Amino acid sequence: MRDVAIVGIGLSRWGEVWDASLRTLWTEAALAALDDAGIDHVDSITVGSMAPGLFVGQEHLGGLLAGELGMAGVPATRVESACASGGVALRTGFAEIAAGLADIVLATGVEKMTDVSGDDCTAALAAAADAELEVFHGATFPALYAMMARVHMARWGTTREQLAMVAVKNHRHGSLNPHAQFRQQITVKDVLSSAKVADPLNILDCSPITDGAAAVVLADMETARKLAHGRPLIRIAGVGQASDHIALQSRPDMAAIPATTAAAQRAFKMAGKTPADVHVAEVHDCFTIAEIMVLEALGLCPAGEGGRQAESGRTALGGALPVNPSGGLKSKGHPVGATGVAQAVEIVTQLRGAAGKRQVANARVGLTQNMGGTGASTVVHILEVAP
Amino acid sequence: MSTLNPARTAREYPARYRLEAARCEACGAVSFPARLVCPACRGRKFAAVTLAPEGKVLTWTVIHVGPPSHKHDVPYALAVIELGGGVRVTCQIADVDPAKVEAGMAVKLEFRRIQQDGEAGVIAYGHKAVPA
Repeated sequence: MRDVAIVGIGLSRWGEVWDASLRTLWTEAALAALDDAGIDHVDSITVGSMAPGLFVGQEHLGGLLAGELGMAGVPATRVESACASGGVALRTGFAEIAAGLADIVLATGVEKMTDVSGDDCTAALAAAADAELEVFHGATFPALYAMMARVHMARWGTTREQLAMVAVKNHRHGSLNPHAQFRQQITVKDVLSSAKVADPLNILDCSPITDGAAAVVLADMETARKLAHGRPLIRIAGVGQASDHIALQSRPDMAAIPATTAAAQRAFKMAGKTPADVHVAEVHDCFTIAEIMVLEALGLCPAGEGGRQAESGRTALGGALPVNPSGGLKSKGHPVGATGVAQAVEIVTQLRGAAGKRQVANARVGLTQNMGGTGASTVVHILEVAP
Repeated sequence: MSTLNPARTAREYPARYRLEAARCEACGAVSFPARLVCPACRGRKFAAVTLAPEGKVLTWTVIHVGPPSHKHDVPYALAVIELGGGVRVTCQIADVDPAKVEAGMAVKLEFRRIQQDGEAGVIAYGHKAVPA
């Protein structure tokens, strides 16, 4: 298996981008990544997107977007694993290079979510839950995560305020990120008094609806060294993916995310590293409780200690293990199919030392964790500055 | 964006109308609804069983912002309920103040209307839990 590096990164505009279509947003991110890498050709394109058919009435994104980029002819494939689609697109590109099918891959993610009403958006997102067992009965994603939160709170004593502190921290980080959708700082009181969505989760516990795209250029190490341009070379040291039943009721312990644990163990094993080696992490905080449970599942803190991580300052910028320095899904925004790739964009930016006011000092190993549904698809990548 | 249609609704009748489940002949695990492969042991032979409707609330939420199919039900309580034999279902809890729901609460599944596709479309029935 060949080693793989990330040699280019790019993001489109993020937020409610009413004047740009899915294809325009995607092309913005793709061009930014190609320009960052300093190349004009790729051997293959992967596109992570959760539900473009429901959001904009467009499937078949591989061919569509290759054509938009003037690259018709290049193999181009859309992959889907709900909100983990971007992470899976990255892993697919990694696998193509590792296997020798390609030397340079453009791995991307995109979601255009604001062309539909809030109701249609809720329904499209709910399609990532179990249609027969959950959605039929009126379940929504905030509701499913709320039920996980209740179990976690009862089991471990996690408090309503500790949930809020995750959002407060991530908004503080996002306030330092010019690319974040919501850059205002918020307080615990703001979170607790915001509109109820699914008890105990309020609107400020939830990540927003976002339009956006992200792209990275992957290359084998020999090619990557030629494209480094004097910058640190960022190697993908480990990759892990795992699945689970998608219905929450089918999970024996509803306060745990075993697919994230399995994906992390695979990634750490491939990288020859442990959680103690991680300097910075971008994790899937689609809801505040998600960041808490994911930190435990990744082994970045002991089981039951997730609620205390933001509270103690450990996961804030300046703490021992900054988590979501970009602002995370909560503040930076969550265009679902793009998120897994955007996490890698942030970690590469951090490992290059180019993150400006949100830079994590001396970061040389970073982790991304991207998941779909209530955790039934999880992808973990471990990136490091190559020697 | 309705996901109801007559064929789909009709093929879900056994589980939704009659609580029909399947007991794996190899390991005894009960699957609801019935399926082709036992998730516990990958067995493929099953015997039909009917679930007893009594159970207890494992976890719950009160939904204040509902999906289009349930917009007019808000606020409503949704729960994961464990029935006898460890079978779990996710459904609404009706006939109770949602604020009074709590973990461990004893409930019983009843046959109720779940959603309907507009004025003239399919009306889908199934189970909701009520205090036992």
